[in-house]
Amino acid sequence: MSKEKSSSKLTYQTRKKIKKVFTYVLMIFLAVFFMFPIVFMLISSIKEDEFQVVQDMSSLRAFVPVGELGLQNYRDVFEFHNFGQQFFNSLLVMLLTVLIGLLVNSMIAYALARLRFGGKNILLSVIIALIVIPFEAVAVPLLIIVNNFPWFGGATTWLDTYHVQIFPFIADAFSIFLFYQFFINIPKDLEEAALIDGASLFGIYWKIVVPLSRPIIATVAILQSLNAWNRFMWPLMVTRGQEVRPLTVGIQAFFGQSPRLWGDLMAFASMITIPVLIVFLLFQKWFVQSVASTGIKG
Amino acid sequence: MWLPPLENREEIMAENNKAKLSTYKRKESRLAWLFSTPAIILLIVFVVVPFIWAIWMSFTNMRLIPNPNVPTKFIGLENYIRLLSDDVFHKALFNNFYFVIVVVPLQTAFALGLAMLINQEMKGMNIFRTVYFSPVVTSMTVVSIVWTLLYNPGEGLINTFLQAISFGQLGPYNWLTNTKLVFPAIMLMSIWQGVGFQMVIFLAGLQEIPTSLYEAAEVDGANAWQKFLNITIPQLRNTLIFVMISTTILAFRLFDQVKVMTNGGPSNASMTTMLYAIETGWGRLRIGYASAITVVFFIIVLIISILQRILTREKGAGKSV
Repeated sequence: MSKEKSSSKLTYQTRKKIKKVFTYVLMIFLAVFFMFPIVFMLISSIKEDEFQVVQDMSSLRAFVPVGELGLQNYRDVFEFHNFGQQFFNSLLVMLLTVLIGLLVNSMIAYALARLRFGGKNILLSVIIALIVIPFEAVAVPLLIIVNNFPWFGGATTWLDTYHVQIFPFIADAFSIFLFYQFFINIPKDLEEAALIDGASLFGIYWKIVVPLSRPIIATVAILQSLNAWNRFMWPLMVTRGQEVRPLTVGIQAFFGQSPRLWGDLMAFASMITIPVLIVFLLFQKWFVQSVASTGIKG
Repeated sequence: MWLPPLENREEIMAENNKAKLSTYKRKESRLAWLFSTPAIILLIVFVVVPFIWAIWMSFTNMRLIPNPNVPTKFIGLENYIRLLSDDVFHKALFNNFYFVIVVVPLQTAFALGLAMLINQEMKGMNIFRTVYFSPVVTSMTVVSIVWTLLYNPGEGLINTFLQAISFGQLGPYNWLTNTKLVFPAIMLMSIWQGVGFQMVIFLAGLQEIPTSLYEAAEVDGANAWQKFLNITIPQLRNTLIFVMISTTILAFRLFDQVKVMTNGGPSNASMTTMLYAIETGWGRLRIGYASAITVVFFIIVLIISILQRILTREKGAGKSV
């Protein structure tokens, strides 16, 4: 009786173990599926012989650093494809879009969540309705608007500038909504206490609400940074030269030239990807939380 | 010294407080508008105005660079009538629906499966989560270029892999130049890039399901499949709807991949609605016609979004706003 029990317990244990091994095998297989293009890109980028990059594709050598290795491809990308300038462009546009966006979106969200004013409910419904309009739906008419928009110094068009890549993306209905949802859930006690102590309304926003809102600020910042860094369609439409265009458009232009220099292309691609991957690895918990929070939109 | 009668005195005091209160209220309302104005102006200039203008322009023959010989004029429904018999537009719409029908179920199921795998209490799950998620942070432009090389017809890795596992029976295929294969190839790549995003959303949903539900089911002798069908799926109802709807909308916004990899080719086999709108408006400068395409695109997105609101309201109401 007791023997039987222990043997069945043993099979249960072994079954559990087998299941565990099976799960790990499956998960490693999936990890290979998700990693192979990225590993392939990184490995190919350090192979200096253009022919070899293509040749190695027909075997596992594609994933092994063999042959003439070095950073020549990277040097080429800097030298012949103006990588530095375009990297600066991408970074500048991203930082300004995200930083100004955080301020602008959190301010209106705070007003909607906490302050009493006429028209508030209509404003809130309009902003929630605006979430539905994807940028693609306004891209074409926006092109004709920015084409003939004035700017300081007598400029009559916004094409080929930094601000044309920044302004359309500062105010974002979804970011406002995320901030709003966060603000209405902060307990009012702290703000009320501060008000009794004679703090100004602006002081309450800046000294109490903003410091309490670090999680949502991180969430919005991450989502908007990823969007800005990877944005392709709009900068493709509004930038023509290398002076202001971002990396995504730069690599596409390079990709369109023949003959395709795969080694250089992979170096270019790696340099767009590596900074984001590093930031992601450092703050992965925040990244995952940001993405998860987009799901609670109802 | 004369004092007003008691009731009056109270009234006056109340009046004073009211005055204080109303200055405070005015301050509050002024600050609220001050805080809201930048966002309101930006949203009006960059979303509302172009959106309304798109509708108006879709009834005109406007061009991006005005042609003095063809002045812009109101042409009524002509753009929309032309869309009805525009084969390229039909192909583009068809492709978007094709993408939805294949990718939405596949990607949703795949993402849910991954989330359930990751959600187990085993060592190293965080590492796997990071690995599965990393394509999401990779720019679609980069992904498209890397996969173009992987799909290379001669020596491409994907052909090599297929030949190896089929002992030379399959391939090599011209993935991106074959009209039948080009769109499935783009779909596979899009799933690879996007599935980690939905996985994380599902993971958050799974973690909200109370474990007591599973424990109770175990007591009742439910097996894994029954638990999945009767607990996991109903509990994830709203998350599932959200993921499927947002993937559908993303499918209609499809642009980056097709622009970089094929530019809609070969012979429009990978044309999409958004690519066609941009090619028409920005490439061929026909803003009026492009606006009509944009309006159709928006109506589709709107219908899908309304569908989502309806689906999540009924039954799911009360659970997760």
